[in-house]
Amino acid sequence: MQQTQHTISVLVKNEAGALSRMVGLFSARGYNIESLTVANTLDSKYARATISVSNCEASVVEQILKQLHKLIPVIKVAELNNENSTTLELVLIKVDAKNETGELLKIAETFGAKIIDVSPKTYTIQAVCDEKQFKSLIELLRPVGIKEIVRSGAVSILSNNMI
Amino acid sequence: MANEVITEQLTGAQILLESLIKEGVDTIFGYPGGVILSVYDALYHTKDIKHYLVRHEQAAIHAAEGYARVMDKCGVALVTSGPGATNTITGIANAYLDGYPMVVLTGQVGANLIGNDAFQEADIVGITRSCSKHNYLVKDANDIARVIKEAFYIANTGKKGPVVIDLAKNIWDQKAEFIYPETVSLEGYNPTYKGNLKQISKAIQLLCDSKRPAIVSGGGVLSSNASKELTELARLLDIPVATTLMGVGTYPLDDEMALGMLGMHGNYWANYAIAECDVLLAVGTRFNDRVTGPSSKFASGAKVIHIDIDPCSISKNVAANIPIVGDAKIVLQAMLEEFKARNHEINKETKDKWFAKINKWKQQRAIPEIQSEKLHAHMVLEKIYEYTKDYEPIVATEVGQHQMWTIQSFNFNQPRKLLTSGGLGTMGFGFPAAMGACVADKNRLVMNIAGDGSIQMNIQELATCVEYNLPVKVIIMNNGYLGMVRQWQEKIYNQHYSQTQISGPDFAKVAEAYGAKGIRIEKEEEIIPALKEAIEFPGPVFLDFIIEPMETVYPWVLAGKPMHEVLLSSKED
Repeated sequence: MQQTQHTISVLVKNEAGALSRMVGLFSARGYNIESLTVANTLDSKYARATISVSNCEASVVEQILKQLHKLIPVIKVAELNNENSTTLELVLIKVDAKNETGELLKIAETFGAKIIDVSPKTYTIQAVCDEKQFKSLIELLRPVGIKEIVRSGAVSILSNNMI
Repeated sequence: MANEVITEQLTGAQILLESLIKEGVDTIFGYPGGVILSVYDALYHTKDIKHYLVRHEQAAIHAAEGYARVMDKCGVALVTSGPGATNTITGIANAYLDGYPMVVLTGQVGANLIGNDAFQEADIVGITRSCSKHNYLVKDANDIARVIKEAFYIANTGKKGPVVIDLAKNIWDQKAEFIYPETVSLEGYNPTYKGNLKQISKAIQLLCDSKRPAIVSGGGVLSSNASKELTELARLLDIPVATTLMGVGTYPLDDEMALGMLGMHGNYWANYAIAECDVLLAVGTRFNDRVTGPSSKFASGAKVIHIDIDPCSISKNVAANIPIVGDAKIVLQAMLEEFKARNHEINKETKDKWFAKINKWKQQRAIPEIQSEKLHAHMVLEKIYEYTKDYEPIVATEVGQHQMWTIQSFNFNQPRKLLTSGGLGTMGFGFPAAMGACVADKNRLVMNIAGDGSIQMNIQELATCVEYNLPVKVIIMNNGYLGMVRQWQEKIYNQHYSQTQISGPDFAKVAEAYGAKGIRIEKEEEIIPALKEAIEFPGPVFLDFIIEPMETVYPWVLAGKPMHEVLLSSKED
């Protein structure tokens, strides 16, 4: 099956239970959410959720978009793609500090990443990237020795205020 | 001090009841318990709301739904926390799938105890999230009035449905100012009522150009009271009309254009007409799998015009060529105007061919197969229909063979006369729903047609019927089996009747023990006298018809088969 990634942006009332209502639509259909980020918007009455799913058929996504819209606290729903939006995430990667640092710094620089914490055993790298960049960064860091990865999940914004 | 305006402070319990009264509520079905005692205390002091004490919370919800269906008004139920609330789930899910408006008030433990696994605590907002249209948790008395206003608005608008309000115990004695809001403000909730005019114009054109059009009328037509408009459109444009189970009664069955019910146990000709139509106008239906069979093979040669108030229903199961989101009545009115304004023409000649074809299909009927000494279901139900039709009764059913036999034997020519669980298929629905119907329409004959299996699922409501003298006439089609399941086992599971033979009590004696009337009927000549006695009796009656156990429901489209593969007898495969 073709790997299909869908990113859904939802503007929702900032109230108890709103997140659970949204997430329930995915879990009830047996779809796993790849990543989910929610935070207040400029107006704290609302929150913005970015939901990423993969391996989800287009017809199912269309139905979920309608169902999301049907939820009472949901104000707006949009499906985002590469053409109409920018998607990024924050990744924190802890790598082994035993090796020589030159290579590590070079990799970090290539990806605009920073080393934000140093200990005798580990370095922690902070990167802001999209899915593709994330995958290459990981491949390059693997030989250095990755100890732990923490990802924020994708956040997306429409290119020209479409939502 | 002199300038201070003193407004009336009420307790949360009083605010709840005052808010309900503002919404026009005069009837509640419910069951008291620990955390809602204050509400029951407030009820004790009000004359404006009549409370019906049921014997199980599930029945309160079904009764509220029966009431809502007959009254075309939001039903209301009141229960306590924990088990009181979890017992309502089946009822809420039932109303949600069939789209009837209801507000369910559940008690909750005090806000300071929520999440502590307190006595009789259940996360009812979490549990009902996926089976209600919306739900609320209220922890502050100042929110009660607004939430009640919103709940009734949500339940009654768009695709109607149940709204659950979970009310924490601490709000009952909390005093707050009572101001009932005039309007609701729900930014994310704006149902579409008017259909897109361009789409409507295209739909009319397509229907006029069609050679073999057909209509499927669903529960949405009933919900928006659009039978008149649907009937007018069908007659003007010469289009035959099939109904779904939820749409039974939306198109008069004695009409020439009526196809009756389609679907798994629908009429042969209804299923064939839909399978072979070139344009299908579907109104207020979500194309349930019991209606369509495998959706890829459903009306595969047809262009589909789909009108529904719920955008989620459109192109969910059957792809629509012309989707129209809107209220059935408003959209059908606009279609009628469009047709009349444009002098559209219909090709009578092609239509005559189409009707000739349908009339030929109409010869294909299921023939009763079993000959036995016992009473036969169709004979019994046809006699009941003939004997009671002048009363224009309300007929509730449970779920199973008797449900399908009822649809086949009764001519439902008006909407809101059949109360049946379509979406969820809930055994135990009919009896309490009939009870709610009795409350709604006190002078009408109300029957519940049941099986000996289903009636045992809410039989305790006999006590409620006796206590409030709700004269439901319960017709039990007693065959000693969970007949519909047995029928599947007979056909598909090599006659392995696994756990479908079911015993029951002497139903007539049970009725008598509760203080109702019970009559057992075993012979044909006993039927009419029993009906006469039951109808003349001023209270609830159980009529226990001992019928042939091996009878089956045909026509039948086996699960997974396309809808035109209709079997008319057990001899066909």
